[in-house]
Amino acid sequence: MTAVADPTAGATQRKPAPPDHKPRRNLTPWILLLPGLLWLTVFFLLPILTSVSASVQTGNYDDGFKLTWHWANYGHAISDYGTQYWHSGLYSTLTTVLCLALGYPVAYFIAFKGGKWKSLLMALVIVPSFTSFLIRTIAWETILADQGPVVHVLRSAHVLGLTEALGWTTGGHVINTPAAVVCGMVYNFLPFTILPLYTSLEKIDPRLLEAGSDLYCSTFTTWRRITLPLSMPGVVGGTLLTFIPAIGDYINAQLLGNPNTGVVGQKIEDLFLRQTSGYPVGSAISVVMMVGTLVLVMSYIRKAGTEDLL
Amino acid sequence: MSSNDVLGRIEGGDLRLVGLTKRFGAFTAVDNLDLTIPQGSFFALLGASGCGKTTTLRMVSGLEDPTAGQIFLGDAEVTDTKPYRRPVNTVFQNYALFPHLDIFENVAFGLRRRGFKSVRPQVEEMLELVELGHLAKRKPNQLSGGQQQRIALARALINQPQVLLLDEPLGALDLKLRRQMQIELKRIQTEVGLTFVHVTHDQEEAMTMADTIAVMNQGRIEQLGSPAELYENPSTTFVANFLGQSNLIPGVVEGVDGGVVTVRAHGRALTLKADRARATSGAVILGVRPEKVQIAGSEDEVPSGFNCLTGTVVDTSFIGVSTQYLVKLASGEEISVFEQNTGRAIQRPGNEVAVYWDPSQGFGLDGTQDIEAGAVLDEEGAA
Amino acid sequence: MTTLTAPPAAGAGAPAVRRRSPLSWAREHILLVVTVAIFVFMLLPNAVILWMSFNQPVGKFNYVWNHFSTAAWANPCANPAMCHSIGLSLEIGAVATVVATILGTMIAFAMVRHRFKARSGINALLFLPMAAPEVVMGATLAAMFFNTVGPGGLGFWTITIAHVMFCVSYVVVTVKARLAGMDPTLERAAQDLYATPFQTFTKVTLPLVAPGIAAAALLAFALSVDDYIITVFTAGNLETFPMYIWGSVQRAYPAQIDVIGSMMLLGTMAVIALSTILGRVRAARK
Repeated sequence: MTAVADPTAGATQRKPAPPDHKPRRNLTPWILLLPGLLWLTVFFLLPILTSVSASVQTGNYDDGFKLTWHWANYGHAISDYGTQYWHSGLYSTLTTVLCLALGYPVAYFIAFKGGKWKSLLMALVIVPSFTSFLIRTIAWETILADQGPVVHVLRSAHVLGLTEALGWTTGGHVINTPAAVVCGMVYNFLPFTILPLYTSLEKIDPRLLEAGSDLYCSTFTTWRRITLPLSMPGVVGGTLLTFIPAIGDYINAQLLGNPNTGVVGQKIEDLFLRQTSGYPVGSAISVVMMVGTLVLVMSYIRKAGTEDLL
Repeated sequence: MSSNDVLGRIEGGDLRLVGLTKRFGAFTAVDNLDLTIPQGSFFALLGASGCGKTTTLRMVSGLEDPTAGQIFLGDAEVTDTKPYRRPVNTVFQNYALFPHLDIFENVAFGLRRRGFKSVRPQVEEMLELVELGHLAKRKPNQLSGGQQQRIALARALINQPQVLLLDEPLGALDLKLRRQMQIELKRIQTEVGLTFVHVTHDQEEAMTMADTIAVMNQGRIEQLGSPAELYENPSTTFVANFLGQSNLIPGVVEGVDGGVVTVRAHGRALTLKADRARATSGAVILGVRPEKVQIAGSEDEVPSGFNCLTGTVVDTSFIGVSTQYLVKLASGEEISVFEQNTGRAIQRPGNEVAVYWDPSQGFGLDGTQDIEAGAVLDEEGAA
Repeated sequence: MTTLTAPPAAGAGAPAVRRRSPLSWAREHILLVVTVAIFVFMLLPNAVILWMSFNQPVGKFNYVWNHFSTAAWANPCANPAMCHSIGLSLEIGAVATVVATILGTMIAFAMVRHRFKARSGINALLFLPMAAPEVVMGATLAAMFFNTVGPGGLGFWTITIAHVMFCVSYVVVTVKARLAGMDPTLERAAQDLYATPFQTFTKVTLPLVAPGIAAAALLAFALSVDDYIITVFTAGNLETFPMYIWGSVQRAYPAQIDVIGSMMLLGTMAVIALSTILGRVRAARK
């Protein structure tokens, strides 16, 4: 590079052309990252990896477990719990679809018609979450009680007859049926659908909708051709934030269901906490579930084309 | 004479850049720049976006490390001095007022960091200078764009820096406010007598305010001089096109005689003064500003000794104070003419006309350059 | 003079309005009707909890309305085990929040403000705890604790460790969003105005990111206090408040639980209302 002659060389110390400044190797980010990442590695990644190993062990809690490459655990994990996998998949899929169907109009209304009430309405979506979700879930015991007004209306409208024929309710009850389980799940996860939907709808310039109607779109076509495509990030985010916790949830199945609404989560808890030799099979189910969820989520993200969710 | 005050400011210090270079990977943003900015001057770095003017500014402020080269303030080298130790302050493009602090605290920020105990008199004085004393308790987001701009200026000026850097300071303002602020800035600079280095892509803004303008292109300084000098005697086609408009006519030098250069172009002998010609042999480009060109119904009306070309009017725009013509020559080239509204008859498109100008008003450029340089960039920069 | 063709005085002299049946009104405002219905669905359980907190339950389970009573409100800690479990949950929540907020904020700063390799790997490590089913995280962590500290070692610290683990990612996401939305020129401006890197951090960066950090801490606290699944795997013999509720479904469900649920809701609403009013007052004073 240049060593330009300094006109006032007498006054300043003349030094050779400074070498190109090298970008300094910076340790700061690693110091900042280390504690948190270490925590996640030790208390999240390591246990998951350990359970992969545990899933091919045999033994019981009294004698200890040995790594015997007992792949049959996976056979049990998959074949013995088919009903539970089916229930988990069915309930969580149904919950996700219903949450989108109910959450979209609410998010749309708040974003476009909320006006000065926007933040109050969003607070109303979040505020219930400040009461423990278990108490709120159990409140459905009261709402859906056999003598309660909800069941009374459903019964006299002959809705219960229909749901009973489809196997969602039994014996004139709503509580302790698959319908109650899905109702509880939709109730619990709806705010998680509304939040990302609202965020992406709120970003849409309302003038785009006016432009749509100016260019010969009906209200529905405007929604279909303009609003929906622009709100896709919210739909994708909402789907994931609902489906991921829903697939592992067993609170609703336990509190609002019956012995015939068993889901995978209950079985894992049961195998880990209550059966002396359940640890390997429980681990195997965990691995199956984890891998299954990840594959589903990843392929969904890829298909939806939004990989910068985090 | 040079003596340091408390802050390390040096009396009698020019800002000097020596061989300053900045590369981002393979891209050279600033290329071996040598520049001296005298103390107390209002200096403008003018160029299109991406020409390296902002990078230069950031290296002076210390927010960017140069790849090579040195920066001097007076006799002291500050190349490796941290930004918070340099007696240099910046007015940022988007003002960068701290949203969590009120106006008073924004202006007091620099003084407080330097450990001043009582800041009230200075801050109040500075707020008076920018005529916003009544807004001291407001938060930045409660101010209009023009007010924010003045606060940003006050926040930098209060530190009495050796050099004040202004990074497109008026870019976010509307036209009327921009004009007003241009005058305001010039007034303040005269009042405080500090060195102002002003980065802009707006040639009019640079010409209104600056004593000296450096036109930058591709990391280098294309030309440096007073606004009048740059306008009347551009040294390259880039400057001729970027700073205002120019009619550029390629030709070949026929001879030089007694301070007059004769150029053959469009089958005619055109002349210009030798001291305004950058090249006096071979291929040259003869340039003349549109407002220096006059228009006549026929060649007979052209006074003798004037350069003259003939063509057809293809476009006439009447804009009140003047009329702009576009005249197509036989070769297909177009000459633009700005005629003051002095009541002369307006030439309609289709009219055969003669265009002519005083030879002393023309300038000559080296003919080997790209004749379009700077013309397209200007539009991008202004966008 | 104009000839009026108004209908013979229907009520007052009001201009003629097209009469509409409530049904056609509902059809035109279908979105509003649907939204209100869904809000009722979302808010109903909270109303029921408040209602049932004033119930005098028949038998052990406070599921069916009997008659009004303020007994539960007069004596919320009738069962000391419940209030003890609440205390435990708050303690764990506080410790886990502090640790997770510090760790997560540090990561967020590194992610937004620094360049380094392995970024995508770190992103994956942060994303996975949010994507993994809770029951899997709980179960595998339990297995690891069994093998290291043994069943007897489970307790306050194992719960807290687990809570920090699943809160960190949420803190990172929340703080990151705030940091990324911050104008980087502000920090440059501070440096330009003689603030050292440390002063820039304390005087500019921190005050501007503080709302994000506060939001992250609140979220972490809410997640921790409300967690059941991971807690049950790491708790050993301890009982947090969610575990107490869970157990009550089997044993007895007193009205006091509804009292606590109502207090949580009313308390939060009071805090929100108070901060809104304070903000208005402060804005008005300026």
